[in-house]
Formats: sequence, C-alpha cells, structure tokens
Amino acid sequence: MMTEASPPARPTRPVTQRLTTVADMRPADDFLERPQKVVATNVNFFYGSHQALHDISLRMPQNCVTALIGPSGCGKSTFLRCLNRMNDMIEGTRVEGEILLEDIDIYRPKTDVVELRKRVGMVFQKSNPFPKSIYENVAYGPRVAGVKQRDVLDGIVEQSLRRSALWEEVSDRLNESALRLSGGQQQRLCIARALATDPDVLLMDEPASALDPKSTARIEDLIFELKDTYTIVIVTHNMQQAARVSDQTAFFYEGHLVEAGATTDLFTKPRQKQTEEYITGRFG
Amino acid sequence: MSGLPRNGRPYAKLASQLFAYACAACAFSSVAILVLLLWQMLRFAWGWLDWQFITSFDSQLSPHKAGVRAALVGSIYLIGLTTLFAVPIGVGSAIYLEEYAQRSRWRGIVQTNIANLAGVPSIVYGILGLGLFVRGMQMGAGVLAGALTLTLVVLPIVILASQEALRAVPSTIRQASYALGATRWQTVWHQLLPAALPGIMTGVILALSRALGEAAPLVAIGAAGFVMFTPQGLNDSFTALPLQIYNWTENANDDFRIHVAAAGIIVLMVMLICLNATAVFLRYRFGKRIHW
Repeated sequence: MMTEASPPARPTRPVTQRLTTVADMRPADDFLERPQKVVATNVNFFYGSHQALHDISLRMPQNCVTALIGPSGCGKSTFLRCLNRMNDMIEGTRVEGEILLEDIDIYRPKTDVVELRKRVGMVFQKSNPFPKSIYENVAYGPRVAGVKQRDVLDGIVEQSLRRSALWEEVSDRLNESALRLSGGQQQRLCIARALATDPDVLLMDEPASALDPKSTARIEDLIFELKDTYTIVIVTHNMQQAARVSDQTAFFYEGHLVEAGATTDLFTKPRQKQTEEYITGRFG
Repeated sequence: MSGLPRNGRPYAKLASQLFAYACAACAFSSVAILVLLLWQMLRFAWGWLDWQFITSFDSQLSPHKAGVRAALVGSIYLIGLTTLFAVPIGVGSAIYLEEYAQRSRWRGIVQTNIANLAGVPSIVYGILGLGLFVRGMQMGAGVLAGALTLTLVVLPIVILASQEALRAVPSTIRQASYALGATRWQTVWHQLLPAALPGIMTGVILALSRALGEAAPLVAIGAAGFVMFTPQGLNDSFTALPLQIYNWTENANDDFRIHVAAAGIIVLMVMLICLNATAVFLRYRFGKRIHW
C-alpha cells in the first residue's frame, strides 16, 4: 500500500469518494477549436460479411482525451483498433471510409503500418508485458525501430518510466523480470513501453478494467497528466472513469455512433434518449 | 435441507478408489515392463559390454572381438546431419504456417498433409529415400542419403511440435509487439522464437530419439549391416546402431545373437537416455526464464 504513492500534482481523494458529481467535471472545453489530430470520416468496418461499424465520423482533437463508451459488443474497441490498424491482423476484415492522422489517410495503400504503429501507441485491456526484464520491455520499441546505442536507450527507458510514474518503484531493479511486478505496475509498464516509441497518439483499450480501485486511480491520474503531451483515445466500460478523465465522450451502440460531444455536456444533458438511458444505467 | 437422498450411491466412494488403483496399476505396469527389459538386457550384456566393445569394429569371426564402433560413429553422424537438415526446415515451416500463411484452402491442405505424414510408417520414407536420394540423386547408400531419409521421417514431428510451441505463445505478446511497430520478422525473432524455444527443443529431441532408433528406413535404402570402417565422407557407406543390433540378432551364433546384441542395445539405450535427459535439461534451463 505504501509503495503506491500518489503523484503530488493532483489532490487524491479516497477512491470511494471519487464518484462523479457535476462539480467534479471540468467545464466544456474549447477542444473543438484545437487542431484535430485524428479524424475519422464515414468509417464502416466488416468482419467478413458482418458489419461491426456503421458510418462512424468522429474527430479527436490534439492533447485531449476522447472516451469511447457503450455496452459490450457496441464496436468501441473495434473502432479503437482501426486507429492503429490492429484489425489488419484479423483475417477477413475490411474497412471503408477515411481515417486521417494529421493529414495522412492511414488506410491508403502507401501507408507503412509499422511506421503508423510507432506514431499511434496502444495499451491493452490486460497488461501484457513481454517475458523479459523491465528494461527490455521498455527498450523493445526503440530497439525494433533501430536504436542501438546503449546510452540513448538508457535515456529513453528512464524517461518513459518516469512519464508513466513507475521509475521510483523500479529504478533499482530494471533487470528483473517484468512478470514479477504487480498488476497495476505491469499496466504502467505497458504504458511506459508504448511511450518509448514517442507516439503522437495513445490508444487505451479498457486499461484499468482488470485493476483494483487504487491502481485504477493511479492510471487515471496518469492519463490526466499524459494528455499534455499526447492525444489519448480510451475505451472504457466505466462511466465514472469516462467522466473523470475525458474531454470528449463518444457513445457507441450496436455499431453506430449515437452521440459524441464534450464530456460535461454528454453526461449532463445528453441529446439522445439512448445515451441518457445508458449513462443513467437503465441498460448496458 | 436438500432433497438429495442420503447415501444414494453407497459404492461411489469405493468405485472411485478402485478406479484410482486401476489407473495406478496401468502406470506401474509400463514402468515394470521397461525395468524388466533393461534388467534382462543388462544380464545378457554383462561381461560383454566393455571398452573393447565400444572401440572395436564388428567381427565375423569371434563374438569376443566384435564391437560397436562403426555403428556408434555412424549413428552420431546420422543424428548430427539429421539435426542440421530437420531443424531449420522444420522450424521454418512451422513459422510460415503459424505466422505468415493466410487461412486459405491451400494452407489447410498443407497442414492436413503434415499431420498425416507424421503417421506414415517409416519404411515408406525408406523407399522414398531409396528412389529419391540413393538412385535419383546418385548418392548411393551413404551417410548423407541416410540422414536425408531420416530427415523425411522426423520432419513432420518437428513441424508439428514447433507449431504447437508457437501457438502456445499468448496472442497478447504478438499484439503488444505489433502495436509497438515491430515487423513480422522482428516479432518472430525477438518474441515468439525465444518464448517457444523450450517447446521446440523438446519436440526436436523427441524427433531425434525416434531417428536414432529407426532401422527400417535404413534397411530400405540399403545401408550396410557389416562395416569395418567409420565414414570419412558424406557418401561413404555406414551402419547405425539399430541396424547393427538387427544384424547381430540374425546371427546363428548364440553369443552374437544374445550377448553381443544385448550389449549393443545397452549402448543404444544409453544414447537415447542421454538425448532425453538433454531435452529435460534444456526445457528446465530455458523454461525457467519464462513464466506467464
């Protein structure tokens, strides 16, 4: 318990008191005026003949957190995985429409998927460190990108671990197996690993759903800090989490984007009945 | 409380115990047979298995002068060359099938064929080796032809074991690697192969144990039973332990048929046990570093 110290930047309330109230939320941001980092336009997605996404258009502004919410199977994770083309790994999938990262269409044939994934990092639902040392986990991204000098790698590893608020806990045991870290530490290691390739965008697929409340709070604090540097898209099942960490929220239902808008607006005055029913817990 | 009858199956516990005893008996019987066999062989070989036996060539005259040298060296050559051929081709095939090939009809056909080939009797490979290597490629019944034929025998086993080992690597590892911008090759080389290595090596060594014990395919390609030299080149004729033992058991002289053959069998068994011990050791040594 003592090792999981909170960062000083934000006053941390006891977890039980972190339930969202209107006062908790920041006012609607100016986020739509910010430069758009990722813009999806009329995206359709198919698993074989089954259409999983219908005509999704969503803008994800720079240095903002966009939360994707919705019941299981609504397509939010599928959409997230379109943004770094992880769906390419599943055979028989097909994408229509356009997804721009800055001004490059990531689905045009010329796009180098390997380059794309260096710019768009990803953190998975279940922490998945490589069965290697803590150091090697973080250094893997830069290594496969061709960084060889030891001192450069050392610098990247330290910086990434500091950014993911793990450095203090592991700096004296970088050569220990990553699998010996606790669940929450492993997930922060996976975040550090994703940061090590110096991405612009960070995708997070329910990054805290397998963690206890205290580790979850740490991850949320971290997301809040990281958005100063990165553009973050997070899938979450937890409505309070979406309300706490995001600037923009998009509600998915059965493969459709029902509603997207400033998080404050969406949670206080949803325009669609389905959204209201979902966020008030009447279904989902 | 519940509506379940008390003591509804009075013999259930007894039956469960009996079943456990029956299973234990099955397990012990196989060990017992092995021990009996080893004991019998040791008894026959006692006094015959000595340094002279290891270092001498076979003899047509005296069982006391006969030795296992040519067969031992021949077997070592065969296993070495078979490893050299079977491991790269087998592991390469497994990587292709698991990591690169699309799930197409073509891949299905290849996969089914490999599974079926693993069950083909080794004599069939012997005949293939005779036609392909010995006659077709004009190699003669030399060590190279023998090793290539044994490679055919063990290749399906190596491929299947390597595929199994690659499949056992959690898909989250693949995803994490690709998500960090690794190419397919980098993912295979840095993540999948190291993680699959203990499984692959176990499969390889079990396959080599099989190759070490095979006599039929070597008979089929026409390997010699009586050799008075060790192979110097790849096309030199050779003999191997199982062949040599088979040859001795055919001898009319009881000393050859029983004692010399038993000594040969002990040498073969020791080699097999060494191979298997290596498998256990490697598995432990490399498996220790990885715990999911």
